[in-house]
Amino acid sequence: MTDQPNLIEMRGVSKHFGDFQALKDVSLDVKLGERVVICGPSGSGKSTLIRCINRLEAHEAGEIVVDGVTLTQSQDSLDKIRGTVGMVFQQFNLFPHLTVLENLTLGPRRVLGLSEDEAKARAMLYLERVQIPDQADKLPRQLSGGQQQRVAIARSLCMEPRIMLFDEPTSALDPEMIAEVLDVMTELATSGMTMIVVTHEMGFARRVADKMVFMDKGEIVEVGTAEDVFTAPKSDRFAAFIKQILNH
Amino acid sequence: MKRVIVLLPLLLILSGCSGNWGWYVVDPTTTNGANNLRFMATGAYNTILMSLTAIIISVIVGLLVALPGLSEKKAWRAFNRTYVEIVRAVPILVLILWVYYGLPQLSGITLNVFWAGVFALALSDSAFQAEIFRAGIQSISKGQYEAAQSISLNYRDTMRYVILPQAIRRILPALGNQLVYMLKMSSLVSVIGMQELTRKANELVVSEYRPLEIYTILVLEYLVLILIVSAGVRWLERRMNSSEA
Repeated sequence: MTDQPNLIEMRGVSKHFGDFQALKDVSLDVKLGERVVICGPSGSGKSTLIRCINRLEAHEAGEIVVDGVTLTQSQDSLDKIRGTVGMVFQQFNLFPHLTVLENLTLGPRRVLGLSEDEAKARAMLYLERVQIPDQADKLPRQLSGGQQQRVAIARSLCMEPRIMLFDEPTSALDPEMIAEVLDVMTELATSGMTMIVVTHEMGFARRVADKMVFMDKGEIVEVGTAEDVFTAPKSDRFAAFIKQILNH
Repeated sequence: MKRVIVLLPLLLILSGCSGNWGWYVVDPTTTNGANNLRFMATGAYNTILMSLTAIIISVIVGLLVALPGLSEKKAWRAFNRTYVEIVRAVPILVLILWVYYGLPQLSGITLNVFWAGVFALALSDSAFQAEIFRAGIQSISKGQYEAAQSISLNYRDTMRYVILPQAIRRILPALGNQLVYMLKMSSLVSVIGMQELTRKANELVVSEYRPLEIYTILVLEYLVLILIVSAGVRWLERRMNSSEA
């Protein structure tokens, strides 16, 4: 892993919401193929951090470089970076008026310029990968939460991104559906996808994370391999957080 | 439709109770009555054509005015507010008179009665359409925009494929209301001589001098048109809902 180039470089990134400072001088590197799990209490800035990577939030200070492209206000850098980065949301954010298949083919057809047949073939490929090809013609609301989130993952994959961002992908799910989504994410991790995952699923983090990042109050408090930070957390705050999560 | 069925006997009873009714003027069994009814009904064509043309234009203009209202740029929002506030403040009858009699002096372009009416109706309604669209688009969750951005859709495609199809489903009842409003307001275009339902009724009143019966029929004509529109909008709502289910 160490000899891989950096796919994402964040240097001194800051962000305010009004008077509240969501990110304080945050720096983080993610290498090609690396799986990074970010955890931390709510309001710690972890979602804001990954939302800055594809500019769903605009950072105020610092530098973000994704796959060699520096993120600025320019539409050009934005198009390049959003083409490289896929994102999965806590609330799925599927397009409710479109069928599963239409959700998946919209981007490939309109953005990548694929023909309808090509886009459909690609969509079916990724639906098989998330194990719900039989739901292609249904509307999102006819699916369970777990199925919807898997469709959302497939929708992102259809754009063939190099990096996948997951913003608390299982937080809105009933417990019995969390496993099916984590399984798909684990499979994706095994295939070599570069991933940044904001989650409280510590079992998943231990299994797949190359790097654990613990955030609190807008800062990165601790970074390390999953094994190191779980067995011997260096900071008191992280130790307290892990204890809370594992005990409840 | 039920309302018509209730109203008609009611009117007949009224006419029996009082000596003031003279239904002969619109009695379809007599030649004169049938001719009068036919004369009145011929106005429906212009009422419908004018209202439909105006609503189509006002929906398009309304959308084009609504979009800048959702912009993050202050100047765009100011354009939206100014348009809506000014256009909404002009009484529609005044607008019709201004467009028909005033505009030619200002611009040298003379619109015929039909297009002057359509222009005034559409302009007036577009301010309301803009507000309806703005509210409808604003009701779509931020997550939909973010999902569209995350798959790199540009602004136009985001609106066309993601936001507007959802917004239009939500504002359909309001659009139906506007069409009803348009059908009724089109009666005002009679003042500049448009041969629509109200104008036809007025002309008949002048020659027959039976305003009570003729205007009652006029009321029923609008009622029927509007009930048809209501039923059509409800059918469309059901169809859109079932296509989502």
